[in-house]
Amino acid sequence: MSLLDARLVVRRGDFRLDVALTVGRGETVALLGPNGAGKTTALRALAGLTPLSGGHLTLAGRDLSTTPPEHRRVGVVFQDYLLFPHLNARDNVAFGPRRQGAGRRAAHATAERWLERVGLTDLARRKPRSLSGGQAQRVALARALAVEPVLLLLDEPLAALDARSRLETRAELHRHLSAHPGATLLVTHDPLDALVLADRLVIVEDGRVVQEGDAATITARPRTDYVAQLVGLNLFRGRGEGHAVRLAGDFVLTATDVVHGDAFVAFPPAAVALHPAQPDGSPRNTWPAVLTDIQRHGDNLRVRLDGPIVVAADITPAAAAQLDLAPGRALWAAVKASETRAYPAS
Amino acid sequence: MRLTFAVAGLAAVLTLGPAGCGDPAGTPTARAGEGGVSGTVNVFAAASLTESFTTLGKRFEAAHRGATVTFNFAGSSALATQINQGAPADVFASAAPANMSTVTAAGNAAGTPTTFVRNQLVIAVAKGNPKKIAGLSGLTGPGIKVALCAEAVPCGAAARTALDASGAALTPVTLEQDVRAALAKVKLGEVDAALVYRTDAKASSGDVDAIEFPESAKAVNEYPIVVLRKAANAAGARAFVDYVLSADGRSVLTGAGFQAP
Amino acid sequence: MTRGRVPGALLVPAIGGLIFLVLPLAGLLWRTPWATLPQRLTEPEVVEALKLSLLTASLATLLCLVLGVPLAWMLARVAFPGRRVARALITVPLVLPPVVGGIALLLALGRRGLLGGWLDSTFGVSLPFTTAGVVVAEAFVALPFLVISVEGALRGADTRYEEAAATLGASRWTTFTHVTLPLVAPGIAAGGVLCWARALGEFGATITFAGNYPGITQTMPLAVYQTMESGDLDGAVVLSLILLAVSVTILAALRDRWLAAP
Repeated sequence: MSLLDARLVVRRGDFRLDVALTVGRGETVALLGPNGAGKTTALRALAGLTPLSGGHLTLAGRDLSTTPPEHRRVGVVFQDYLLFPHLNARDNVAFGPRRQGAGRRAAHATAERWLERVGLTDLARRKPRSLSGGQAQRVALARALAVEPVLLLLDEPLAALDARSRLETRAELHRHLSAHPGATLLVTHDPLDALVLADRLVIVEDGRVVQEGDAATITARPRTDYVAQLVGLNLFRGRGEGHAVRLAGDFVLTATDVVHGDAFVAFPPAAVALHPAQPDGSPRNTWPAVLTDIQRHGDNLRVRLDGPIVVAADITPAAAAQLDLAPGRALWAAVKASETRAYPAS
Repeated sequence: MRLTFAVAGLAAVLTLGPAGCGDPAGTPTARAGEGGVSGTVNVFAAASLTESFTTLGKRFEAAHRGATVTFNFAGSSALATQINQGAPADVFASAAPANMSTVTAAGNAAGTPTTFVRNQLVIAVAKGNPKKIAGLSGLTGPGIKVALCAEAVPCGAAARTALDASGAALTPVTLEQDVRAALAKVKLGEVDAALVYRTDAKASSGDVDAIEFPESAKAVNEYPIVVLRKAANAAGARAFVDYVLSADGRSVLTGAGFQAP
Repeated sequence: MTRGRVPGALLVPAIGGLIFLVLPLAGLLWRTPWATLPQRLTEPEVVEALKLSLLTASLATLLCLVLGVPLAWMLARVAFPGRRVARALITVPLVLPPVVGGIALLLALGRRGLLGGWLDSTFGVSLPFTTAGVVVAEAFVALPFLVISVEGALRGADTRYEEAAATLGASRWTTFTHVTLPLVAPGIAAGGVLCWARALGEFGATITFAGNYPGITQTMPLAVYQTMESGDLDGAVVLSLILLAVSVTILAALRDRWLAAP
């Protein structure tokens, strides 16, 4: 049975959030989605900072739907940490235990234990403004964990860090989340954070869950353009007709998988080959295209192609030079059936 | 309604106190017409003269077409300070010789001041005299709150003289900055009695009763008036002083409760 | 910190403003009979008035803090009906001539006043002509300074810290005392200092509501006025200077201690 079982409905103006969430004991779930999808609203609703307009919320068998935040036993690591600026690191961490009734000395001991676990014993007397971003993040984590929450919530825990400390902190955070015995919900727009930190992903778009599952399933079989872009795939929806998927405009993509009815077909940009003229022979999927955009992408170039379908293609700089690529250039695109993946949409 | 007026009156008097100056300096040029008087006459007068001088001013203006009288009513000591600091005044009417001598000593008077009226203290009490106060000794009883004027202002000096003469050991709750402020405290019911001029009590006879007491004869205030040396409208000033001293002027003043000198 | 030259369009009025404020002070200093200054300072009436001023201004500030900080919090954080009206009403003592404020206080808290009549008949408590009355008059005039300053600080403070405190188990009251107050402490200190300074200089409401009696209700500004009334202008200047010197010294000390100027 899940530790957290919730359906969160929050209406605010035209926006409506309606997501169902379950998180098991010791499990870490990432709520992943674009900006404005309602991720933070969901987190605030779980913490009790935004009231529910409907749905339900049970944590460890307790109905919390109208419980004020201070009685929820939910720990939150906020995006910019929100360490109390007038308290030093130790007192920040001791704040929760004190509120739960611990004496000053006991709370300090608890705080020092947690600071030790996040490796900040030396900085216990520092005020937040003299901590680095990574250190502040660890204090915030210690502060949230020190109340021994049944549910730990993290809002974009790594977004405020620079690239270098993000790498270290991510690994360390993974260690702490794995050790957390309760349920953990992580809100992020960074797929890498989600993939590294979470056991399961819940993708939210426009206030609704569009896909959920483990990382492997989601990266292999995206179900929306957003997810496809996240995992770097070209994604199309059409009707499966055996080995073929018929898209809008009667364009047909051939696949090795067999699908019938409403279906997705996906392929990576690297699977798209470009030719100056219509290729002969093997590839089944070929179509004329016009190059609209060209950008550096790692060691390669990523080009955007207009035509019967809009796709992204990755090519080497050498190939680009050979093809004399520039926006407006007319080309032929080809994708091998063996490099596509087709799967039912429902 | 009555209270509102009292409030407005007190406010006006007190706000005028330290800073209020009469009219902007010598607006129209002083000019004595053939036997007539014109221009603005700035009169600085003791607060206790407010009603009677306002009436006198209107009559004076009616008698001298083209002349305007403006008043600055305040505690005599404040007026003396203002005059000595160069305030644009033509006439000074003080409620006590002491404040007048401040001005004459500074050489700011033109000629010798003339005493134009005398005033005597009474005990102002709430209408109907609820505390049954009969004389000065009645003010020293337990639970009786009394307002006096500060000794710097003439009504305060007079009160001190009268109290010393009676031997009554009176501790007031407040020393007000002028007689009108002391009277307002009686009107508002904050004090049970105040020593004020008979004329002030009379002007507020709707709200307060005046109790006469024998010792007041020992502390009669003489009111001197004088034309000021720097008067911008000397002719107008002289005409106004003459009018105050005339039979017509005197009748207005005695009507208000003042005694002839 | 500014780079480059200060534009003349700003510099000239800025200097003008400074002179405008300082010139009257220079006038006071110029007129001061320095020789009699030490002697005045030791006169019992002066010492008494000064002590009374410092005491009442401090008590008034305390009263303003007790009433004003919660009021500012309500105005900043609680969307109650009539909040705009309440916010406007708070500025009334700023606009009202202090003398009228004093009369209004008499009508409310005087012996025959709205509430004062009841206080007098029930408890035998009467505020006019008492030191407590001075505190009330000063607090009435000074309260807006505190409320406006603290409300500004509260509105500028990040309310998400309060949310963070709630998720850590803090009740609203604990959040207020342990998070909100420390966060806006500089604003409260600034408001308190303003409030104290305003109370110290209070004249009109005090003399009208509390009266004027040495040792009980005669604060320094009243003593200054009375000294001037008695024709002793030099004396008034000296007393003003003493009041000024004491308050400037205290404010400067507080500023360094609390306001750690940026």
